[in-house]
Amino acid sequence: MSGATSTAHSVVAPSGRVKLLAGAIVVLYALVALVPLIWIGLTSIKTPPDSISYPPKVVPFLHFEPSIEGYCNLFNARSRQTADYLASLPPAKSDCEAITRSRSMVVVGPSNYVPRFVNSLIIAFGSTLLSVGLGTCAAYAFSRFKVPLKDDLLFFILSTRMMPPIAVAIPIFLMYRELGLSDTRLGMILLYTSVNVSLAVWLLKGFIDEIPREYEEAAMIDGYTRLQAFRKVVLPQATTGIVATAIFCLIFAWNEYAFAVLLTSGTAQTAPPFIPIIIGEGGQDWPAVAAGTTLFLIPILVFTVLLRKHLLRGITFGAVRK
Amino acid sequence: MRAPSVPIVHQVRGLSDRTIAWLFIAPTMILLLAINLFPLIWTIQLSFTNYRANRPFAPLRNVGIEHYQTILSDPEIWQRMQATAHFVFWTILLQTVIGFALAYLIDRKFRGHGFWTTLILIPMMLSPAVVGNFWTFLYQPQIGLFNYVVSFFSGLAPSSFQMLGDVTLSPWAIIIVDTWMWTPYVMLICLAGLRSIPDYIYEAAEVDRASNWRQFISITLPMCLPFIMLAVLFRGIENFKMFDMVNLLTSGGPGSTTELASITLKRAAFEAWRTGYSSAFAIILFVTVFGLANIYVKALNKVKAR
Repeated sequence: MSGATSTAHSVVAPSGRVKLLAGAIVVLYALVALVPLIWIGLTSIKTPPDSISYPPKVVPFLHFEPSIEGYCNLFNARSRQTADYLASLPPAKSDCEAITRSRSMVVVGPSNYVPRFVNSLIIAFGSTLLSVGLGTCAAYAFSRFKVPLKDDLLFFILSTRMMPPIAVAIPIFLMYRELGLSDTRLGMILLYTSVNVSLAVWLLKGFIDEIPREYEEAAMIDGYTRLQAFRKVVLPQATTGIVATAIFCLIFAWNEYAFAVLLTSGTAQTAPPFIPIIIGEGGQDWPAVAAGTTLFLIPILVFTVLLRKHLLRGITFGAVRK
Repeated sequence: MRAPSVPIVHQVRGLSDRTIAWLFIAPTMILLLAINLFPLIWTIQLSFTNYRANRPFAPLRNVGIEHYQTILSDPEIWQRMQATAHFVFWTILLQTVIGFALAYLIDRKFRGHGFWTTLILIPMMLSPAVVGNFWTFLYQPQIGLFNYVVSFFSGLAPSSFQMLGDVTLSPWAIIIVDTWMWTPYVMLICLAGLRSIPDYIYEAAEVDRASNWRQFISITLPMCLPFIMLAVLFRGIENFKMFDMVNLLTSGGPGSTTELASITLKRAAFEAWRTGYSSAFAIILFVTVFGLANIYVKALNKVKAR
């Protein structure tokens, strides 16, 4: 910051002016890049007419009055009614009821958003648990033992990740139909586990390689069996790596769409194929879609912050050594 | 030299190491064989038949390499491949240039760079399908934010151009979204590359009075090149099989201007139910990705070895 640091070493110690300019450009990029996301958040608290007004309404309370209508429409299924019928109803029990009636509609029940969201949670957490469990064991074995054809096996595990989902979706569709796994949560959990386990093995092998073997050897001299040493010495040491891997698996399973849209139709459908088909009367109900999107993005925002230090390793399979 | 470390514990209580290794690896391998390798082999087998998944009991006929011949001599398929190549080329070019520039700036370590980097990473963490869906809203000609901002700066009437409905603009609509979403990914890998260059090289260059530009051309770029190439490889594979975002954004339209290979594949497999034909197409795509990736990895290794 001070003049003393702005020596000739341009990269080693960039001058204050260079830093300021670099910072300004990066901040500008970040702000522009976040506009679409902020816009979705804003749209979720607009009324349908406000959401499609031109010019766009930007500042809450100043340009438009925030409304919970989007969230009401997301969670409730509605049906249009005549004015006579609406007038004959008892007073509305909730704000959502009142808003719905002001649009000449009544709430007829819950929408499918919550079940789809719950499916996303169950499938994402189920497959994460399974892939991290399987991945930790396999990674430990690859890291510590002499396994025949080790390099070939590791490459095979990685290569399964390069397959285009649509290419394998056809036979998986047929296979699942035979086994009664199509449109079931178990089927989706197994499928996402098979996609995620390759990432888990590669990431966790890197983490476990860094734990010195001497720790287990010392534990085994003290009378532990190999499995006890694994459980009581290696697992605690690998916790950070396991957590980071788990979050990567969660994010993938949470965001996955291709398999979900091709292999599920109802009971096991997750949120990504569902959100785009939230349709109001006379076309897309944008505040409701925006509300569904906002709620769906929140876990990912949290994970991004938690994961920022491990991101690089995860997205490159450890191909970039840090 | 240290003496080779002799395994201290050979015979221990409990299961032998070999048993444990086998027990630990088997479940993963069985799952991968069942859900990845087996379906792949099945796809190859189906690609030589006239099987249709919506008519499982129709008589099955072996058609040999007929599907492969049909696909490879179909001008429409070549047009789809061209659209895919156009998409892959421009997204990679834009993402690499912008991503590297951002990484280069972030590497100046200005105040608060960690915070802003985390914010920049958010788009790539989102679901491509959900992203594609909400961009259709931003691209609406009358009400969309994108058209409003463009008309604000250019003076064009916001309803005078339709990003998703115009044959020349729609490929660019998907290129913009993909670049918005995945530039952070390239940036992150480039940042790792920049951080891997040791400071003493720059210090030596300073001693030799090399200009900033000279340092950038002869140190920064070449030392970062393997990382940039790795980012291009990952993005290339991903975008070649791009499905989710495009399916939501344009689902291939208008006409077939944004119909990338995977959209064609999905239509053949799950709308026309030509399972045998689509299996052959899947295999062709798979072989193409693998072939190109392998050639590319050879080049990458050469650069790394330099």
